[in-house]
Amino acid sequence: MTVTQLEIQLVALVVAVACALPGVFLVLRRMAMMSDAISHTVLLGIVIGFFLTRSLDSPLLVLGAAAMGVLTVSLVELLNRTGLVKEDAAIGLVFPALFSIAVILISRFARGVHLDVDAVLLGELAFAPFDRITFLGVDMPKSLAVMGGILVINIVFIVLFYKELKLSTFDAGLAAAFGFSPALIHYGLMTLVSITAVGAFDAVGSILVVALMVTPAATAYLLTDDLRRMLLLSALIGGLSAVGGYWLARTLDANIAGSIATVTGLVFLAVLLFAPSRGLVAIASRRRRQRWEFAQAMLLIHLLHHESKPEATLENRTDHLLEHIRWSPSFAEQVIRYGERHGTLRRRAGTLLLTDSGRTLARSSMIE
Amino acid sequence: MTLFDLLQSIFTDYTIRTVALGTLTLGVVSGALGTFAVLRKQALMGDAMSHAALPGVVLAFMLTGQKSPAVLTLGAALAGLAGVLLIVVITRYTRVKQDSSLGIILSVFFGFGLMLLTFLQRNPDARQAGLNSFLFGQAATLLTRDVVVMALFGGAALLLMLLFWKEFKLLSFDRDYGASLGFPMQYLELLITSLLVVAIAIGLQAVGVVLMSAMVVAPAAAARQWTNRLGIMVVLAALFGAMAGVGGTLLSSMGAGLSTGPVIVLAVSVITTASLLFAPSRGLVWRWVQQQRNRRRLRTDQVLGNLYTLAGQHDDLDHPHTEEALRIMGEGARGVSASLAALAERGLVRRVDATRWALTPAGVTVAREKFDTGDAASTGDGAAGGNAGTHTEAVQP
Repeated sequence: MTVTQLEIQLVALVVAVACALPGVFLVLRRMAMMSDAISHTVLLGIVIGFFLTRSLDSPLLVLGAAAMGVLTVSLVELLNRTGLVKEDAAIGLVFPALFSIAVILISRFARGVHLDVDAVLLGELAFAPFDRITFLGVDMPKSLAVMGGILVINIVFIVLFYKELKLSTFDAGLAAAFGFSPALIHYGLMTLVSITAVGAFDAVGSILVVALMVTPAATAYLLTDDLRRMLLLSALIGGLSAVGGYWLARTLDANIAGSIATVTGLVFLAVLLFAPSRGLVAIASRRRRQRWEFAQAMLLIHLLHHESKPEATLENRTDHLLEHIRWSPSFAEQVIRYGERHGTLRRRAGTLLLTDSGRTLARSSMIE
Repeated sequence: MTLFDLLQSIFTDYTIRTVALGTLTLGVVSGALGTFAVLRKQALMGDAMSHAALPGVVLAFMLTGQKSPAVLTLGAALAGLAGVLLIVVITRYTRVKQDSSLGIILSVFFGFGLMLLTFLQRNPDARQAGLNSFLFGQAATLLTRDVVVMALFGGAALLLMLLFWKEFKLLSFDRDYGASLGFPMQYLELLITSLLVVAIAIGLQAVGVVLMSAMVVAPAAAARQWTNRLGIMVVLAALFGAMAGVGGTLLSSMGAGLSTGPVIVLAVSVITTASLLFAPSRGLVWRWVQQQRNRRRLRTDQVLGNLYTLAGQHDDLDHPHTEEALRIMGEGARGVSASLAALAERGLVRRVDATRWALTPAGVTVAREKFDTGDAASTGDGAAGGNAGTHTEAVQP
């Protein structure tokens, strides 16, 4: 592995972790699509900042972009508050408009400048190591320094305001009652998302910003109920996807950002299918098990009901079940086999008999 | 170039005519079908679909080796539909909410498409495949055959919309009622979603993935402000979409370096902003004017009531009082002179001398009607209630 390769992976890793942390709160607050909006509109902030400073390296650009992100959120909320459009429509109205203005400004007034719409949307991580600065005496890719700084800001914000973030995310009313301003936390978080989006989309493009903010967080959400663990998992999944995506891109000789997004999606898919207790496979097998357990309990209760009564030999015959519980013969046979396998009933000469454990199970099923 | 030349160019300039026809089709189809998406609170579904369509376009090209618009559009539509179905599955069967599943599908599908696209571009044949135009849209490169494909797909989608009009209306306004009537609501949802996917797929080449979502949301959101009836809303949305499409095409043909997609989106945003501000009865300006009028009426009523109360403390009801006294009595000291002037105009009060005012006999009658039938505080109810209700009413089927 060359130094360049290592540096690209390092940048990807830092970007992924920096995005995955605020992403957790976006997912929990049901504002995931805000990342889509913000990651597009920061372009307008950068363009305006560029017109003001005539430079693409000025820190004002980041400020302008972050301000534009917050402005986007405010505009969406303003539009919501009028009651004239629903929330998702408000997002869908605001960001394409601002993004279009940015694209028009670039194509009209900033031709030839390194402000390429393709690069903004798609990003090209492969070029990250060529734009270098010296930071603290160490020569490193500029995006690594920038994203490292943003990652630190994100971690500090989340650690400092962990309690406030947690409370206002899960119970905004209670947070307000305790005197934490949910609005302040909200805009703080949105500023964080904006800054992260600006830094990240320079390196990886705006669509990957969405992929890295939402997908690892949602994956973590399927795996845990604990906020701390969710933050850690989200960062871990984001980081792994970044490195995995890099190698996928290398293998295919394809765009790195796109490959990273693909890997986050694959990880999500795997977790979606196989997550313990919340995965689709787990849900399906639980449903199937419950179906058999329920059928067995029903049969056992039926047997218990007629057991040691005169009609037992008649009622508890296998073929009688068909008309009494209205099961099809094959289903009844399967349920009986299920019971036999679990030692809850026995067959003797066409009659079904409860075992001791079957009797206990039937009793407890009735009481519960 | 004058406005007239510009309009004339639609008929004389072959390229502009082709492009304008294409964007017109796109505007009509996405406006009409977007109405249902917006009403069903799925405005951002269009955004997700248009991004999710990218891998479909690339895969269609990879599998068939063709770049004919019909094949690419079909690929886009299939991938978009797959994306939507995944969103539905994720939202329905897991704890992940709709916004997150939209974000995941949008970004992952798009990223996957991008990966395929860059993978494909190593192959020199693919460089000129015109696939890039699906990213940002290149309306200027629309050819007649593209427009024909757009019109065919779009026309079919609109026809189906009309055929299932009643069912879609039911779906948008009262899904449960429709289900209880025995309509297969799930299949209808799938159908209307597929139609929207078609609308998006035909628009991708013109305005691109990123801006297509605006063409779904904005015309419908604008149309919603003007009417409470579904039929009118669909027609208006189609009209707004068409206006934005043609207007954006013409505007962008004027200036060098103006790409058509963003200009169309700006045009539709202007229409929407104007609608949000000026639409009668819902628009913000309209509501503000209404509010001011209500406030003025309340203030005038209050001044009349105060004068009546003051006069009641004397033997004669036309006992004059100073403007200053009324100002002190009123909670808001503002506007007392204006209110008195308004009342005088209606003949309810008269000016006695430079500072004092008194009720006229007509004023006494009106004041008695208004304030003696119970609590004087209730006078404002009608005005305040009327104001609060203006923007909460639902669309009428």
